[in-house]
Amino acid sequence: MIRTEEMLLNVGPQHPSTHGVFRLVIKIDGEVIKEATPVIGYLHRGTEKLAEDLQYTQIIPYTDRMDYLSAMTNNYVICHAVETMMNIQVPERAEYLRVLAMELGRVASHLVWWGTYLLDIGAVSPFLYAFREREMIINLLTELSGARLTFNYMRVGGVKWDAPEGWIEKVREFVPYMREQLKGYHQLVTGNEIFMKRVKGVGTYSKEEAINYSLSGANLRCTGVKWDLRKDEPYSIYDRFDFDVPVRTEGDAWARYECRMQEIVESLKIIEQAAAQFPAEGEIMAKVPKIIKAPKGEAYVRIESPRGEIGCYIASDGKKEPYRLKFRRPSFYNLQILPKLLKGENMANLITILGAIDIVLGEVDG
Amino acid sequence: MSDEKDIELAKKKAAAAAKAKAAAMAKMRAKEIQKAGGTVPVNSMGQDQEANQPEAELEGQAGQSDLELAKKKAAAAAKAKAAALSMKKEAEKANPISSEQQDAENSTPGPEITTAEKDLELAKKKAAAAAKAKAEAAAKAKAAALAKKQGDAPSEEGDEKAKAIAAAKAKAAAAAKAKAAALAKKQGDAPSDEGDEKAKAIAAAKAKAAAAAKAKAAALAKKQGDAPSEEGDEKAKAIAAAKAKAATAAKAKAAALAKKQGDAPSEEGDEKAKAIAAAKAKAAAAARVRAGGKAAVSSEAAEEKKPSVNQPLLDSYIEIIEKNLGADVLEDSYINSLSKDVPTIVVKPEAYYKTAQFLKYNERLSFDYLSELHGTDYETHMEVYVHLFSYKNRHSVALKVKIDRMEPVIESLAPLWQGANWPESETYDLLGIKFINHPDLKRIMLGESWVGYPLRKDYEPYDVEV
Amino acid sequence: MVEDLLASSPGLLNFGIFFLLATVLLLVILGFVTYAILAERKVMGFMQLRQGPNQVGGRWGLLQTVADVLKLLIKEDTIPKSADRPLFILAPVIAFAPAFMVVAVIPFTDKLQFADIGVGLLYYIAISGISTVGIVTGGWASNNKYALLGGMRAAAQMISYEIPLVMSVLGVILLAGSLNLNDIVDAQSSGWYILKQPIGFIIFLVASIAELNRTPFDLPEAESELVAGFHVEYSGFRWAFFMLSEYVYLFAMASLTTVLFLGGWGPLPFMDFIPGAVWFSLKFSLIVFLLIWVRVTLPRLRADQLMEFGWKVLLPVALANIFLTALLKELFNFM
Repeated sequence: MIRTEEMLLNVGPQHPSTHGVFRLVIKIDGEVIKEATPVIGYLHRGTEKLAEDLQYTQIIPYTDRMDYLSAMTNNYVICHAVETMMNIQVPERAEYLRVLAMELGRVASHLVWWGTYLLDIGAVSPFLYAFREREMIINLLTELSGARLTFNYMRVGGVKWDAPEGWIEKVREFVPYMREQLKGYHQLVTGNEIFMKRVKGVGTYSKEEAINYSLSGANLRCTGVKWDLRKDEPYSIYDRFDFDVPVRTEGDAWARYECRMQEIVESLKIIEQAAAQFPAEGEIMAKVPKIIKAPKGEAYVRIESPRGEIGCYIASDGKKEPYRLKFRRPSFYNLQILPKLLKGENMANLITILGAIDIVLGEVDG
Repeated sequence: MSDEKDIELAKKKAAAAAKAKAAAMAKMRAKEIQKAGGTVPVNSMGQDQEANQPEAELEGQAGQSDLELAKKKAAAAAKAKAAALSMKKEAEKANPISSEQQDAENSTPGPEITTAEKDLELAKKKAAAAAKAKAEAAAKAKAAALAKKQGDAPSEEGDEKAKAIAAAKAKAAAAAKAKAAALAKKQGDAPSDEGDEKAKAIAAAKAKAAAAAKAKAAALAKKQGDAPSEEGDEKAKAIAAAKAKAATAAKAKAAALAKKQGDAPSEEGDEKAKAIAAAKAKAAAAARVRAGGKAAVSSEAAEEKKPSVNQPLLDSYIEIIEKNLGADVLEDSYINSLSKDVPTIVVKPEAYYKTAQFLKYNERLSFDYLSELHGTDYETHMEVYVHLFSYKNRHSVALKVKIDRMEPVIESLAPLWQGANWPESETYDLLGIKFINHPDLKRIMLGESWVGYPLRKDYEPYDVEV
Repeated sequence: MVEDLLASSPGLLNFGIFFLLATVLLLVILGFVTYAILAERKVMGFMQLRQGPNQVGGRWGLLQTVADVLKLLIKEDTIPKSADRPLFILAPVIAFAPAFMVVAVIPFTDKLQFADIGVGLLYYIAISGISTVGIVTGGWASNNKYALLGGMRAAAQMISYEIPLVMSVLGVILLAGSLNLNDIVDAQSSGWYILKQPIGFIIFLVASIAELNRTPFDLPEAESELVAGFHVEYSGFRWAFFMLSEYVYLFAMASLTTVLFLGGWGPLPFMDFIPGAVWFSLKFSLIVFLLIWVRVTLPRLRADQLMEFGWKVLLPVALANIFLTALLKELFNFM
């Protein structure tokens, strides 16, 4: 008689497809996963503890390092939280610059996801195509902020630098170019038989489960919940733009893929409109005190990052440092559903499912 | 010594003003009746509450500068200056940011400052003219109006000051030093309005007991002098602060307390003004409000701040919760105006899970989505903050619970929202709050071998090597 | 020439000649592999908007692979402590040797062939199966979970795809009436079998990619899942053996495809002034390019889908192809 044995396998923390230092202890029977236990914390840097000794402006660079693929939204969330508390009106031009930066960042972030996801599935080339376009976005954002990844661009009350000469024209040119490239992406990948077989019906969950597990972003919208904080709880100047919230109802990896790809298109729409409406001149910083002191009290704000709902909670005792700072990190919340999704799945689907959740480990670990 | 001079000055002012006040009384009454219950005092009060501390500091400085000026100049000039200064303060107050800039010694003065300076000059001229006018006892319209202004403010000052002194004294007498220190700490640290309100309520109660008559007079005066009441408040605060400082100069903590007290009476003055206004209409109701203490004050404050769009929402939550779970589950509830007016409810620890469960499953509430869960160490207690959202009804609520810091244990929400699983583990990891009935409570970030809870305020990094 | 040697009496001289010839063949193939790897990297670079190697050996990077292989050969030889030592050492050899053995029967031109044996095609398929054993052994001996999974996948995959591979070739054999590769090439002088056996060709191509463990069938070494699969614990020249055997198989398989379906060294009509060797290399290069192209374009299949595809799609279609071929041949006696 054949005696079979379950095998305990450590996927990560050093593994090509965990997108960082993420460890997954899986129990496999053959290639079927019986149980999966995520182990996180390898990249925990104690941002929240550090922030308690830092002034608000000094915290902004730390937020860059959480979700390092879309640092602009992270910058925004903390500035937005402090602005909400202090009731600061951000100048028009600064708002436009912020929205442009955030949406460009969103496109870049989704491009990285697209590339790496296909790399996970085994297609090498899309990664490089995605990075070609991402490089252009990075260049645009570098012109704004001087940094390629950790922008540290926004400040409480506005943005640090104004757009350089001709920048907005470059943004305008980028939009049609990107649309053209997207067609190529779809030709290469979307509809590919092997790809469809890999993602369709994989990692499916229902709407109720998604909500119960506190999923957000594309992970939630793939189940049919039409919810986007940009649209439903408009912050900044998002209520001025006409864009759709892409929704799918299947709830599988394929639906998530579709949602994200469509989100690129919608972001491009926003970028196009924002670039068209961009005020020719104006202030980029509101009148704020040199030393920012949030009033005594607490505030929690949430905005839409490429990965979902990013939130920032500040409890202030009126000093120049926050008493307590807490980030609601979407990847951290989204990852919770992983053990449930992996149970009983094929080993090869592990990567498909993990990739479709779209995590950034810097954000998971805080 | 300087404070005494200040007081003398104020007294002089008050005395001088009394005449002018008497002269303009009838006019004022007519005006104030129209204005009574208007928006101006409400707004000013809202600002007071929001920006208590910086203002108190400001007032302290302003009081000193006032004093120096008083030394240099004659009584008439001082009066003019005081008026101008109060105007300037008013301007500053209207633009708290700019004043703060000034506070931080910012070299670039905002436009508000320049207008304030202009005002100052104008006020000086006016004051000079007014002094002449008063000396001649000529009752010209302009002069009378000005006199009213000047007259009101000092009288206010006097009353308020007296009240403040009374309050400070009552406080000092009643509270032992240790207690005072603890209270000061509490007031200083607890960011929740509730703590402040409580302190204010205590101060108010004492002030009431000590100087009820004066306060009433003050309230009356305030009612009569609507617009200048702001000035009066500030002045009173400044004097109270200075006085309290002088009285308890030896102790820094006590000074902080005094500052708080300095705020409190003026605050209380407003409250009382309202209370008395109400008393005139409904004596019995006013009595209840006064007796009501903290609750009355806080509810009044919430009402008066501004009627938030989410207020009905909060009311409906509370109504549903109280109807179904009983009135004693909620510790507090308010609209958090700093956080996009989110309705916030604070529940008692023993009713935490029950309330959460109710929030999730009740038809009209149905908060199906947990947006955020984390804890905070407030040194006096631990707090767990839960932000819930309902995709069905599209509304949100912040649920808070205060738990014992020595033994932070609370029920887990993970059985209700799977999404609470990791955040609770994270809270356990970083703050040491234990969650009962949690499916897998572990030190998710730092690992089981980590010593201590980093996000606690008294955390000392543990290092085996050292 | 080899025929004569094979028939001659055994002796030291003959052994020496054999040895020398084998070494020459080895070097020729290694030379090819070197440039096949370079070509693959260059083509992939071109398709992926990159440069590819461009530093070592001029701006075409002509010596890049030489340098790589040299580096691998002089690298420290590490064997994991808990590995099954004898098997661990043996596995690359088992995988590598058959790769060369199969090359022996491939007719590059009508003159250049090392062993013209009657059952050349059968020999090729039989010998190439041995490599699987090497891969499984390597995966097992490493005592690594990823390696084991990779090894198991490799075994399952190669066995599954060997069957449709053979089945697809049966059509060709039916038409040519021989297992001898020379005969098969000769039979195509009237028309290539890619035209007469299109279904067979497609099945053969797919199955051969699976046999080669190349994308989209690179599951045994799926980098993103199994890190590197069966050779995760190998390094240095042992790893080089695995890599080289892979590319030698690429060489052999492309050659076999050329021979079976593209008419071997046979020229296109009216173009027989071009020597057969050039024709062969042209056709061969075309196949190699196609394989690289597929690799660059497609994502990877999942293990269970791979099995499903092999058994439920390729095998029935291959069987149907045999049936159809036999029917046509019997009824019309054409081709």
